[in-house]
Amino acid sequence: MRVLPCGDRALLVEFDSLELVLGAHARWSAAPARGVVELVPAARTVLVRIDPSETGLAAVEHWVSEHPPQPLALADGDIVTVPVAYDGDDLASVAEAWECSAEKVIALHSTIEWLCAFIGFAPGFGYLVPAPGQPALPPVPRRATSRPRVPAGSVALAAGYCGVYPRESPGGWQLIGRTSIELWRDDAERPAVITPGTRVRFEAVSS
Amino acid sequence: MSGHVEVMDPGPLTLVHDLGRPGFAALGVSASGAFDRDAHRLAQRLVGNDETAAGLEVLFGGLHLRLSAGMWVALTGAWVDASLHSSNGTLTVPPHTAVFVDADAKLVLGTATHGARCTVALRGGLDTARVLGSRSRDTLSGLGPAPLRAGDLLPLGPEPSTPVPVADLVPVDPPPLGLVELEVRPGPRADWFTTEAHEVLLGVEWRVSARSDRTGVRLELASTSTVSGTPLERVPARVGAELESEGMLRGSIQVSPDGAPTVLGPDHPVTGGYPVIAVVVDASLDRLAQLRPGQPVRLRRATGRA
Repeated sequence: MRVLPCGDRALLVEFDSLELVLGAHARWSAAPARGVVELVPAARTVLVRIDPSETGLAAVEHWVSEHPPQPLALADGDIVTVPVAYDGDDLASVAEAWECSAEKVIALHSTIEWLCAFIGFAPGFGYLVPAPGQPALPPVPRRATSRPRVPAGSVALAAGYCGVYPRESPGGWQLIGRTSIELWRDDAERPAVITPGTRVRFEAVSS
Repeated sequence: MSGHVEVMDPGPLTLVHDLGRPGFAALGVSASGAFDRDAHRLAQRLVGNDETAAGLEVLFGGLHLRLSAGMWVALTGAWVDASLHSSNGTLTVPPHTAVFVDADAKLVLGTATHGARCTVALRGGLDTARVLGSRSRDTLSGLGPAPLRAGDLLPLGPEPSTPVPVADLVPVDPPPLGLVELEVRPGPRADWFTTEAHEVLLGVEWRVSARSDRTGVRLELASTSTVSGTPLERVPARVGAELESEGMLRGSIQVSPDGAPTVLGPDHPVTGGYPVIAVVVDASLDRLAQLRPGQPVRLRRATGRA
């Protein structure tokens, strides 16, 4: 566990594994220290944001060091099947990165089972990794320039993750297809359909 | 004061805002909320509302609203020439002053002369639907009420229990037109950048890019700058390296691969993959909201304890 500076209102705590991130987020969000207003779990880090009128960074750093996490495995959640029309603009560049055909990219992507590791970027945007026991896929770099508009439902790859854009937004991931299912509902009790632990299968459909 | 206000002309961009929806980052939801938080709180207090009431954030002015007799309105943040037009004549609406609407009237905001975002508070607050506890429009994620359009009717909440405070003069200077200083502290990836990059970051006069919005304020080198090539270079070991996505903050200064800094605004993505070299401190954050395209900016290392 390493504590990195992050301005005057936050600390970024870095871990060696996603399991430690999950453990830290679970432990700290169950009983947050006074003045901690937001915990942002990601791949290897938890951002701890404070209200500076309520607490100080030294106090929170002390609290963090007194509450080290135990590794926590991803809960085995529901299975969500996502139908995909594999006609993304970057399918060819992914095929090039993987040194295979576009058909093979589709076959690989839709054969393995994915697992949501965390949500980041935008509401309901789950970072999906191949589920334990599934073959890892070669990483795909982010695009050199991000697109100002990625359409809602775009299925994309970058840096070892797969994600589905729940809404239209800017984005720098490689687009391989589109789905028509809704992954975020403002008024639902659980607005995000895919949450950490959700298993996801992609199913090729004609566009 | 319940009732409605009618949008006659929203100007370039008018959004409903309160103080945002912190606490949902694990769902991918940013806190969002008023960009100029102090202006928002002051405007709400001036009309006797709770600071958490919702008002309007008007980009560059230009908003026209139809108000009814008996309403109270106050403007803060960016300075605009504003007036109320009614059968009783024309009344100037000065900044930082609660103004009583004595007859059905049209509120007309001119173009912002100082700053970029004007806050409009109405007594009772806007009573639009909440999403995850807030009425704020998150422009990146699309959560919250849509940007205003002509013809929209905005409901007001009930009369607050607190009266409109008596305040003869609220001494607040207009947002500056010239050089703005923002204080920063080191970010988590400060060590990804060369010593020269840090010197450039804190040494040059930056210009606010026209491609700035609530997601982020982009900083560019002035055309007269002597810095050439990539302004903020990474140390050799980090060139081309990919950062695992990590939590971002309002005020985080992300450096994209082309070496240009962007200061994240209230509607920033919850996580991002570009390294953060420094973070604008809390006390400087509201100034970001009032930066105009082309305005000069200097970043200064904050002193004292965090």
